[in-house]
Amino acid sequence: MVFVMLTLVFVVLRVMPGDPVSAMLGGHAPEKVIQQKKADLGLNKPIGMQYLDYMGKLAHLDLGESMIFKQKVSQPILEKLPATLELTFFGLLLSLGIGIPLGVFAARRRRSGRDYGARLYANVVYCIPVFWMGLLLQLVFGIFLGWFPIAGRTSPRVEVSAFSKTGFYIVDTLRIGNFAAFGDVMWHLVLPSVTLGIVLSGIFVRLTRANMLDVLKSDYILAARARGVPERRVVYNHGLRNALIPIVTMLGLQFALLLAGAILTESTFSWPGMGRLLLERIYLRDYPVIQGVIVVYTLFVSVISLVVDLLYAAIDPRVKY
Amino acid sequence: MPQLEKTILEVQDLSIAYPITIGVVRAVEGVSFTLDDGEALGLVGESGCGKSTLGLSILKLHRPPGRVTGGKILYRGTDILSMSDRALLKMRGQNISMIFQNPLTSLNPLFTVEKHFLETIHFHDASMPRERARAAVGKMLETLGIEKKRLKEYPHQLSGGMRQRIMIGLALIMNPDIIIADEPTTSLDVIVEAGFTDLLMSLRSIYKLSIILITHNLGLVAEIADRIAVMYAGRLMEVATTEEIFAHPLHPYTQGLIACVPNILVDQKELVTMPGSPPDLVDRPAGCPFAPRCPQVIPICRQKTPALIQHAPSHSAACWLYRQKEG
Repeated sequence: MVFVMLTLVFVVLRVMPGDPVSAMLGGHAPEKVIQQKKADLGLNKPIGMQYLDYMGKLAHLDLGESMIFKQKVSQPILEKLPATLELTFFGLLLSLGIGIPLGVFAARRRRSGRDYGARLYANVVYCIPVFWMGLLLQLVFGIFLGWFPIAGRTSPRVEVSAFSKTGFYIVDTLRIGNFAAFGDVMWHLVLPSVTLGIVLSGIFVRLTRANMLDVLKSDYILAARARGVPERRVVYNHGLRNALIPIVTMLGLQFALLLAGAILTESTFSWPGMGRLLLERIYLRDYPVIQGVIVVYTLFVSVISLVVDLLYAAIDPRVKY
Repeated sequence: MPQLEKTILEVQDLSIAYPITIGVVRAVEGVSFTLDDGEALGLVGESGCGKSTLGLSILKLHRPPGRVTGGKILYRGTDILSMSDRALLKMRGQNISMIFQNPLTSLNPLFTVEKHFLETIHFHDASMPRERARAAVGKMLETLGIEKKRLKEYPHQLSGGMRQRIMIGLALIMNPDIIIADEPTTSLDVIVEAGFTDLLMSLRSIYKLSIILITHNLGLVAEIADRIAVMYAGRLMEVATTEEIFAHPLHPYTQGLIACVPNILVDQKELVTMPGSPPDLVDRPAGCPFAPRCPQVIPICRQKTPALIQHAPSHSAACWLYRQKEG
């Protein structure tokens, strides 16, 4: 999967109009300078050769060097990855935290006003573009109410270098016990992760509701009720656990969507993560960095799929590996 | 010693309806019967005649949007339908239990056998120490003839007959008085069914159970039940002892049902069938629901619904034929 994705990106980048040299030198540089620069970067070779060169290096886990800046591709990626992970983690947590309980709630009160309300919420938030949702939240909670910051990971007054070690600010601040900085980091996380969480929660509401309705109709639910098992236990322990199996599947499939949403959220909130890095470097046509980011994203999705498959075995005793 | 009441369960004029978009389905209409302590009552009828709805309503578990539109269900004198939710939870499993049609799907696929048992015990007697609960489960398995190592297994690892036995065990673990068996053998093969019947009969004497057996299998009901109630289109057509029903069926519907059972002693070329199909429960015709299919129909059948009238000490029928003869 990583391989296919990368090949695709490699070709598309080079077919796309514009290249790193014109991005760097602008449109009015003398032809000779442009040719010289292209030769330096190896861009004068046929695409096939460039591809083989790149893949050869990648086989040694070398993502190459940036074409614009004097830095290894891995450097900005490692710098930005923790920010993206923190954002996606909380975004996912929130979307599940909203989606699953709301879905169960709707399924238990099928066809009531509250059920329709929950379904309307699900459809509406699913349709809202992430960036627009972000802008709205920024406007209301950031500007009008002034409750939360609308950009960045920390306030300017917070000295990042004082605690930054792994790049995961939450971990770092907690590790050295700097709770003021921890609070500041969390405070900055609120709007971006809420944006991502709300937009993605819609699909989980619908999914949970549909699966719960299905499961609650099954014979073992009726049988449990007939044994005098209380309703709460029937719904959550017998019902939800069974309904979770397809939800977990969907979680794996939705992960790519989550990352895409994270890219948009990052650019809306000036979140210094991989998404912003990707956008920045696309403008600069920094081929190796773009490819590197794609490699990381694809790996991420693949790993999550694997984890989901392993999760099945933990949830469902019928699945064995 | 307190005096044992003879009647343990009494259903009085029970009606249950399902409101749907095109009207109201009257699944159960004015049904009354009693169940004596230690008695086995067979509830017989075609698919869709309301017998399962009736069975579930005794635990107040009839599926939504079903609603009781009238009548009472008295368990030892207390109306189940007006019990509090808490009392209902206690009653289910501890006083009245149910076993279901499909043992393959009636166990939670994610729970071990043991967890099913311990959960049931826990919610009825939270104070029981785990060790005692485990001992009780072990004893139950012995009665059911299931090896102890099966406790740690999941439903998909067990055979159909074994799952059915587990279902019975779960229904009996809290030692209830009444067990409602809803088509308990439909999904089992004949050999397993025979084993099941034996098991149910022996458990019945061990646990001093009263049984309501819901089925369309006349052979099964003849084997187990002391009395039989024949249901058609949500109404009781005839109630009598098992011998009476098979020897002198009064209602033409009962006669038809019995005639439909193939007999291996007689050389039959074709199966006997009853012409027609049960009426639409949304648009009930006036009069006896069986009138359109009845071979002995008389004019009054199409005008007025006959009531269930006692014709002999242990034999009642809802049919105009006998009403008329007696005057």
